[in-house]
Amino acid sequence: MTNNAPLLILEDISFSYPGSRQPVLNSLDFRLGGNQRVGLIGPNGQGKTTFLHVCLGLLPLQSGRVLFKGTQIRTKHDLRQLRRNIGLVFQNPEDQLFCPTVLEDVAFGPLNLGFTPAQARERAAEVLDVVGLSGFEKRITHKLSGGEKKLLSLATILAMQPRALLLDEPTAGLDPDTREKVIRIIKNLNLGLLIVSHDWDFLYQTTAELKTLEQGKLINRDRNVLHQHVHYHPSGHVPHEHETGRQAVVGGR
Amino acid sequence: MTVIKETFSEGSSLLHRTDPRLKLVSAFLLACVTAVLTTIPGALSSLIGALCLLFLSGLLLLQVLKRLLLVNAFIGMMWLFLPFTTPGNPLFSQFGLILTREGIELALLVTLKSNAILLFMITLISTTPTVTLGQALDALHVPEKLNFLLLISYRYLEVIFQEYNRLAIAARVRGFVPGTSPRTYRTYGYLLAMVLVNSFDRAQRVYQAMLLRGFQGRFYALHEFHISFTDWVIAVFMITLAILIFLADKLLPVFYTA
Repeated sequence: MTNNAPLLILEDISFSYPGSRQPVLNSLDFRLGGNQRVGLIGPNGQGKTTFLHVCLGLLPLQSGRVLFKGTQIRTKHDLRQLRRNIGLVFQNPEDQLFCPTVLEDVAFGPLNLGFTPAQARERAAEVLDVVGLSGFEKRITHKLSGGEKKLLSLATILAMQPRALLLDEPTAGLDPDTREKVIRIIKNLNLGLLIVSHDWDFLYQTTAELKTLEQGKLINRDRNVLHQHVHYHPSGHVPHEHETGRQAVVGGR
Repeated sequence: MTVIKETFSEGSSLLHRTDPRLKLVSAFLLACVTAVLTTIPGALSSLIGALCLLFLSGLLLLQVLKRLLLVNAFIGMMWLFLPFTTPGNPLFSQFGLILTREGIELALLVTLKSNAILLFMITLISTTPTVTLGQALDALHVPEKLNFLLLISYRYLEVIFQEYNRLAIAARVRGFVPGTSPRTYRTYGYLLAMVLVNSFDRAQRVYQAMLLRGFQGRFYALHEFHISFTDWVIAVFMITLAILIFLADKLLPVFYTA
């Protein structure tokens, strides 16, 4: 692949919520290439979702800059370009699916991008096939099951034909079957990925790099550690390292 | 568990298959004509027309009657007052109350007209799923903001209702028993406030999701309707019906009073 130039670059980003002394993001740097697959793991309340929202300009930048394909995002037009090319799948599909029928929801993005109704339908059929929801076009969105809603919300973003995907907790609340489906779909995507999740095994299967967000900064983690230790133990949900035979790897950039 | 049950929209009768735009326009036309009727024969013919549509819609009579009963409960209240408060020829008087012929006629007129309009709405509007209704309204160039309100309400009423239910259950599992006490009212106040706050948050997230998908304040219609030959026949039928009702209102009373 030739598209390994960073699609998205975040430089020196800081963000704090009003009234809180501790910044959520503290002069953070991040870059995502066109076929880079990054997992982001960490406890709740560390600002992972905030980070995703800052990436796409849903929260205002307090300092630093965001670049898309080397161009700094300044105008509304830049922002539209960025959002068109980098898709964000929300944690809760209820927030993402607002059209009455499945077809209308998937076609919403393409229609906004200036597609004709016929082209939008065609695109919708394609992505519904990708997520395994072919034939669901006329179904009523709010009557779908939780798993179907999740797959559909993924389809609505894929319909925009993004170059990269940001996924916020894609497996939260899914049954094992749907989770497997999501893994299969994501593995087959030829896109840049940034996945926020608590699901170690899921991240292991879908991403090639692992980062944690600590004190407002992204820290690279050794993925091998993750590989060797898919297991349960007390406090397993807190990011941590294990002995790997060599010295315990902590931080390490 | 659904708040919005669209049982009447499920079916395959002639009216179910009719172009929803045509049904909307017909319902509007027939309701308007009926609303301005001034005579009992006119209202009666409108009701007969509505019953014809009911026959065409293939809806279960019992279910329709159930729905009509709800509204007629309110109309029943009018029967308590109108016959005694409308001035006119007294028919009967007792305990200082005077029952007038005009009063009874007025109450009857209101009853017939309301039921006819309700039947028009049930047979023409309720036989269309809300989603299709939205698409039809859009095709009829109803302002898109209004239409958007309708469709978003339809989409999120369910979610908000479930949110309320979750909170109500959460209160119940912690031993809350509603009664007539300040504490009950306060608890319900908290519940509703939480639903409101959650809905506001959700509205913001939904709007963000729309922005991310390139929303620029305009909605694009996807659905295209096609008028069939049967639709044209039905259109002619509806217009004829409206004219007949109007004529009945103007002409029939001559025989009625004679």
